[in-house]
Amino acid sequence: MSKTSRRSFLKSSVIAAAAAAVPAPFIWPRGALAQNTVKVGILHSLTGTIAIAEASVVDAEKLAIEEINKSGGVNGMQIQTIVEDGASDWPTFAEKARKLLENDKVAAIFGCYTSASRKAVLPVMERYKGLLYYPTYYEGLEQSPNIMYTAQEGTQSAIASLDWLMKNKGKSFYLIGSDYIWPRTMNKIANLHLKKIGGSVVGESYYPLGSIEFASEINKIKSAKPDVIWSTVVGGSNVAFYKQLNAAGITGKNQALCAMAVSEEEASGIGPENLEGFMSCMGYFQSLKNPANEKFVKAFKAKYGPNRVVGDTMECGYISVYLWKLAAEKAKSFEVQKVVDASSDLGMDAPEGNIKFHKTNHHLWKHARIGTFRKDGQIDMIYESPLIEPNPFPKF
Amino acid sequence: MTFDAFAMQAFNGLSLFTILVLMALGLAIVFGLMGVINMAHGELMALGAYMTYATSLFFRQYLPGFENVYFLVGILIAFLVTFVFGLLLERGLIRFLYKRPLDTMLATWGVSLVMQQAFRQIFGPKEVGVPTVSWLQGAWSPSFLPGSSFPLSRIFIIGLALVVGIALYFFLFRTRWGLRIRAVTQNRAMSGAAGIHTERVDALTFALGCGLAGIAGSSFTMLASTGPVTGQLYIVDTFIVVVFGGVESLLGTFLSAFIIGQAQSTFEYFMSGSMAKASILLLVIVALYFRPNGLFASKVRR
Repeated sequence: MSKTSRRSFLKSSVIAAAAAAVPAPFIWPRGALAQNTVKVGILHSLTGTIAIAEASVVDAEKLAIEEINKSGGVNGMQIQTIVEDGASDWPTFAEKARKLLENDKVAAIFGCYTSASRKAVLPVMERYKGLLYYPTYYEGLEQSPNIMYTAQEGTQSAIASLDWLMKNKGKSFYLIGSDYIWPRTMNKIANLHLKKIGGSVVGESYYPLGSIEFASEINKIKSAKPDVIWSTVVGGSNVAFYKQLNAAGITGKNQALCAMAVSEEEASGIGPENLEGFMSCMGYFQSLKNPANEKFVKAFKAKYGPNRVVGDTMECGYISVYLWKLAAEKAKSFEVQKVVDASSDLGMDAPEGNIKFHKTNHHLWKHARIGTFRKDGQIDMIYESPLIEPNPFPKF
Repeated sequence: MTFDAFAMQAFNGLSLFTILVLMALGLAIVFGLMGVINMAHGELMALGAYMTYATSLFFRQYLPGFENVYFLVGILIAFLVTFVFGLLLERGLIRFLYKRPLDTMLATWGVSLVMQQAFRQIFGPKEVGVPTVSWLQGAWSPSFLPGSSFPLSRIFIIGLALVVGIALYFFLFRTRWGLRIRAVTQNRAMSGAAGIHTERVDALTFALGCGLAGIAGSSFTMLASTGPVTGQLYIVDTFIVVVFGGVESLLGTFLSAFIIGQAQSTFEYFMSGSMAKASILLLVIVALYFRPNGLFASKVRR
């Protein structure tokens, strides 16, 4: 290869690499839009490490927007969606949020998955007076005037699951989690609550995000012989954790385990055979039997394919759009402050059942549900709590 | 600690040792022998894992009667595909950068990002489920240690690491190609003068390192996840093992993997997983402070 051609080859490969690395915003075709439109933003990671969890939330939110547009829109306006890619990078999230608010003047943003991305976006939302709907279960300890939280905060799932497990599975708990704010906060809640209700913690351990080696931990669990393993392990570590549990002979047949962060969506990657019989605690299961859920699951599969499954965060993303629509219609306005005020006590018949916003704290009254994994990765519900009041700043 | 728990901890240490060896051998060849800092090594492992996944799909679709042997075929295919990929990578990119190690780092990091996004586009952003063949499921509980169980998947990986290690030894020290590789590593100009086609040796060495990454990634599907960012989970440990052992020494890689594996599984038993990891890193830093070239830096004249 001569010198010039080598240089031009390198140049072209650099350009190709740059083109692959720059995420383009996906904007819906303008020609298809009517004149009366209201813009909303969707801000999730479509690339990078967290895309694994967020990409499907975008699908659910788009489905809700499409349904609303088909049935006449919001306040007589069609919704125009602007999708931005946060690229699993927190400063990018903040930058894109600013772009959506300042340049596109969106009425609301549906987005963020990790707490880190939400914390990065929060000051932007408050400064530019935006409105963010946040669809992921998280640790609580936050309440911004410009954010509506549509998934469970920490206490809503932790306390209900611990109460039920104490009553039905035993008194001694082994807490294991990934090492970041959500598991640490959840286990803090668990420690305090278990002390109050007379349970005991026989082990507590944290692993760095993405850890793939759990053999020693499993050995520790075997020596501690807990009645219940309470797991806040997240992401790729879960695959390693359950595969290795299974290989070490700890299965749903001989050990009670309640996963706080494994939904139907993660099941296929983990291998349903490794999960069978273990429990999951979530606000929503795909297998819930009610007309709103059956309609949602059917519409989702019709749009994205029969093999797709729906999980808690996706459902929360889906209802976020509807909750915004209902609030905007109640307020007869898209103004952020009016929409927020109208959201107080606002309820809807969601796939997860009847839910409503709290009067003041921007979180939802929700059910906590516990179910067991089936062989096919779906979850059969075995317990449903009554509506639980959101309590983002718990005191013990 | 009961005797059962002790036996299983010893086994865990051994298992982790072989896992680290499989991870690090490929990198030790590429980084150690060639001086190429290959940041895409983790993604090559992920490529191996995805090839195993693809093989499992193929067998389920077309050869449903032979699903029990798919895993062995999967390992072979993972090796071949990553080997060829490595060859193309070396010919297309790496060979222009041998004299610019920092640029290699940047270029291979770019390759790793492109590969991650390619996995995401082709296989989807979710982790895929690679089934463990039935004869590797479950655990072996010997009658003399009734309270213990040794997962078959880990026993298989120990055996695989042994086979790969021995095969590599014979290749490097008992064949003509191995002789050439060692010659080029020690003195490129002299080997060239002696009639060795050094470029071809480079390409083969790099491809071999990549192929070993493929084998590692393929066998890890039994233990861990197969997703677009799986490679990122392996890469840090891999580099630690190679650097700690001494960059130019394959024996060093083995011993460093052994020390880190044993230390990590022991620490993990007595403290939280995060603390164990932090302690290992501290240990490595202290060791490198006193021996900056790693535990077993070979004494090569420069």
